[in-house]
Amino acid sequence: MKDLVRIRDLSVRFYTYEGVVHAIDDLDLDIKQGETLGIVGETGSGKSMTALAILRLIPYPGKIESGSIVFCDKDSGGELELLKLKEDRMRAIRGNKISMVFQEPGAALNPVFTIGDQISEVFLLHRRQELGRQAKQRVDSLLSDGNGLAAGLKRPFWLWQSRLYSKIAEGPHPLEPRFLSHLPLFRRLLWRLKDEAGLLTVDMLKDVEIPDAARVAAHYPHELSGGMKQRAVIAMALACSPKLLIADEPTTSLDVTIQAQMLELFRRIKADKGASVIFVTHNLGVASEVCDRLAVMYAGRLCEVANVEEIFLHPSHPYTKALLNAVPIPGKELQTIPGALADALNPPSGCRFHPRCPSAMPMCQQERPKLKEIGKDHMVACYLF
Amino acid sequence: MARQLVRNPLSLLGIIIVVVFVIIATFAPLIAPPPEGHLNHYMIPRDGYSATPQPPSEEHIFGTTQGQYDIFYGVIWGTRSAFQVGLIVIGIVLVIGIVLGSLAGYFGGFVDEVIMRITDVFMAFPGLILAMAIVAVLGPSLRSVMIALTVVAWPSYARLIRGDILQVREEDFIEASRGLGASSMRVIIRHALPNAIYPTLVMASLDIGAIVLAAAALSFLGLGAPEGYADWGQLTSFARNWIVGPPLNPFKYWYAVTIPGLFILFFVLGWNLLGDAFRDILDPRLARR
Amino acid sequence: MVKAVDGVSLAVKRGQWLGLVGESGCGKTTLAKTVVRLLKPTSGHIYFDVPDVVKAEIEALESAGNNSGKLTSLLKENDLGTFSGARVRLLRRRAQLVHQDPFTSLDPRMKLKDIVAEPLRIHRVLSGEAQKTAVKELLGTVGLSAGQLGRYPHQFSGGQRQRIAIARALATKPEFVAFDEPTSALDVSVQAQILNLLKDLKKEFGLTYLYITHELLIAESVCDYIAVMYLGNVVEMGRPEEIFHTPHHPYSQSLVAATPVPDPKRRVGRILLPGEVPSPANPPPGCTFHPRCSQATNECRESEPELKLVRNDHYVACFHPL
Repeated sequence: MKDLVRIRDLSVRFYTYEGVVHAIDDLDLDIKQGETLGIVGETGSGKSMTALAILRLIPYPGKIESGSIVFCDKDSGGELELLKLKEDRMRAIRGNKISMVFQEPGAALNPVFTIGDQISEVFLLHRRQELGRQAKQRVDSLLSDGNGLAAGLKRPFWLWQSRLYSKIAEGPHPLEPRFLSHLPLFRRLLWRLKDEAGLLTVDMLKDVEIPDAARVAAHYPHELSGGMKQRAVIAMALACSPKLLIADEPTTSLDVTIQAQMLELFRRIKADKGASVIFVTHNLGVASEVCDRLAVMYAGRLCEVANVEEIFLHPSHPYTKALLNAVPIPGKELQTIPGALADALNPPSGCRFHPRCPSAMPMCQQERPKLKEIGKDHMVACYLF
Repeated sequence: MARQLVRNPLSLLGIIIVVVFVIIATFAPLIAPPPEGHLNHYMIPRDGYSATPQPPSEEHIFGTTQGQYDIFYGVIWGTRSAFQVGLIVIGIVLVIGIVLGSLAGYFGGFVDEVIMRITDVFMAFPGLILAMAIVAVLGPSLRSVMIALTVVAWPSYARLIRGDILQVREEDFIEASRGLGASSMRVIIRHALPNAIYPTLVMASLDIGAIVLAAAALSFLGLGAPEGYADWGQLTSFARNWIVGPPLNPFKYWYAVTIPGLFILFFVLGWNLLGDAFRDILDPRLARR
Repeated sequence: MVKAVDGVSLAVKRGQWLGLVGESGCGKTTLAKTVVRLLKPTSGHIYFDVPDVVKAEIEALESAGNNSGKLTSLLKENDLGTFSGARVRLLRRRAQLVHQDPFTSLDPRMKLKDIVAEPLRIHRVLSGEAQKTAVKELLGTVGLSAGQLGRYPHQFSGGQRQRIAIARALATKPEFVAFDEPTSALDVSVQAQILNLLKDLKKEFGLTYLYITHELLIAESVCDYIAVMYLGNVVEMGRPEEIFHTPHHPYSQSLVAATPVPDPKRRVGRILLPGEVPSPANPPPGCTFHPRCSQATNECRESEPELKLVRNDHYVACFHPL
């Protein structure tokens, strides 16, 4: 499979009051087209930061220190170095080619706007030309079919609208519509754009299996349950058919039965839309449900990455093994990992896991192990190999 | 926290100003020694009985005001009375506000309703007007000013504390304490108040300046300290007739009103900056954690 | 009016680890908090360590419709729903609750030593040197070192904070501890440590646990007995292996099927539960589960099923158990 995103040597550091935190430390990761990659780790592993780094949404006081994230987009031709793009080009990608779903759907939705408005916003931002074209078609049909006094009175407005919409449909930044959109009464001429966006929104809501989509679109976020809100957020993310969907623990705050529905939805999205998905989670069970490949991270570094079956059948990195043993499975003895998670400010030298590793060697303390390929598509960063 | 206080230039300025005033107040007898045989140190010594203020001179560094009261003495000892008024009023107001506010906030229900209606009654009156009325009833003196300002100021504190306690009350650790068997008194005093008190302390430090300003306003109107008392407001009251001088020289008696005015200004400024600094420090710290 | 817990009858035997499993809105947290009297029950009785004879007597008096002083005084003595003042305080020494979120259940302005010593101070059990020693011992049992006594909660990690909360709960040597999802805010490896700690503590001090969780896997692996709740009712009770392998209630079945297990081969054959959990403020009539149940019949829509014994120690509340 071809690569969609190539991350190389990514480093993200947080300059906090107490010191410098290496949130991500020289990360190398590939996401292939059409695959669902799971990033698994605990607190401080850097999994959420990786997701944010791709979209360049790292919050202050974090900074992307070095590295490259290459996004291969066939449509716009060739490869884009995401970390070097200007902000306005980055904005054209966010929500459009790469979009994100966050953990708390309640926090991701603006409480004072309806669901429909928020999803339409995505269309209005990224599909303006297409909306303009549709709107122009509608106005043109009104112009040709319109008869009678009412139509006659509205004719000049329709002509004006037709001209405006054709301008929008053509150029990226048409002057007249932009100017008018700032004037209080005149911006009503552009209402058809919102209407068209609303139609696309309802389609989108149906796609994510929200029952009674047209009615729900008029609801506010607080009127929906957690599962519905998350579906609405997913609808927002998928609105412009992105090539890459990043989901940061999207089911963690949901009930188990709702989570099952959500995972089924993710599987269907993968099948239907062919988008790649980065699924960040701390729950290994969830990861095994949805993901094709799994990357295990610890303290900002990648430990192991392999196909899902490989990881569960032949876990190679000691941390991966320990993590699998720590999951409570009925009938199985619960094995803990001695020690505590690596201190973010003062991480252990060499391999970050060595203080807790049952197979630690003197070498592990000195130098960081590099990623080695030990099987088909199976990479481990450990001196045991 | 002390580090952050000193780092910000404005808060540093606030601390310096307040410290300077504290020094002045503490060492008032040394800075402006009362003359021999002067009994009540808070009454400004007079140098004659002429009604016209005299400009600054060797003897009277800041000049004299109407009735030949020494302005220098007045403002130095006025610092003491300013601190007295400010700290006593705020102190009492804090106690009343905390007690009533936390009872209302923690217990809710009937207790809350009763206390809030009482605060409503007091807050219905415009502050300064109510203060003037109380002073008028009690007879003008610095003590009546303090009582009046206490009565006017306590409702806002009760409300503020009540609001914060309402918020803290829902926290898990409060429930955990109750679960351990703590009595309500213990929960309020040991858990709820220490976590809810910070916005109130910020408001209190801002208010010390405001209270002194209000006391000065009352004294300016003649409703405060008796004539000749070392109080900034009193001094400005004396200067009432001399704010604008003769037509050809309107600023002739500038020292009479400007000097006490400047002392008031810097005192309030110092406490304001300090209160702002507290707020800036405490808020992000709570948010950061 | 929201019926958070609707007519639940449950018994926790001494020394048992009872797991209360359910999703949000099922009333498990409300139930646990009511058992330790952080909430007052609207109706019903809660008996803590009351001999069967007394319970039988109360029941007899009640069913006879006898509203005499005898009934009232018996209830005042034994039903902790009626306790107040000193009786509640005594109860607090014997029954404790550990909260879900270790980040908010500790007073951020108290030092560690004060947090753990607080129950000792409230109940005036120990003081002075004896108190300090007891605090150090408690910290030792939960795996924290005494060198950190002067620190504040925000200086500890989530797992350590939860240990502090557990130490605090054990200060007065209770017999019964209720846990409200104690590991849901923690990482997987830390969760394993806390679960092992709970196992050790239970054995060492002979405790009885009421353990609330929404994760069936945890309940299955540590509990002796499980009660599954849905919208304020207990729908099934039984031993973990039975609930996991042969659930009799449709809801338990979908819960088991919906629980993700780290095993890629277990993906197929999932039973998806349609719809959402109804709001407890507006529960469906009859059996609260019927709108989402594939086996619902008219009977289910009209009347509420009672918990019935289907096998030894296995109860189901369903008209058509699987």
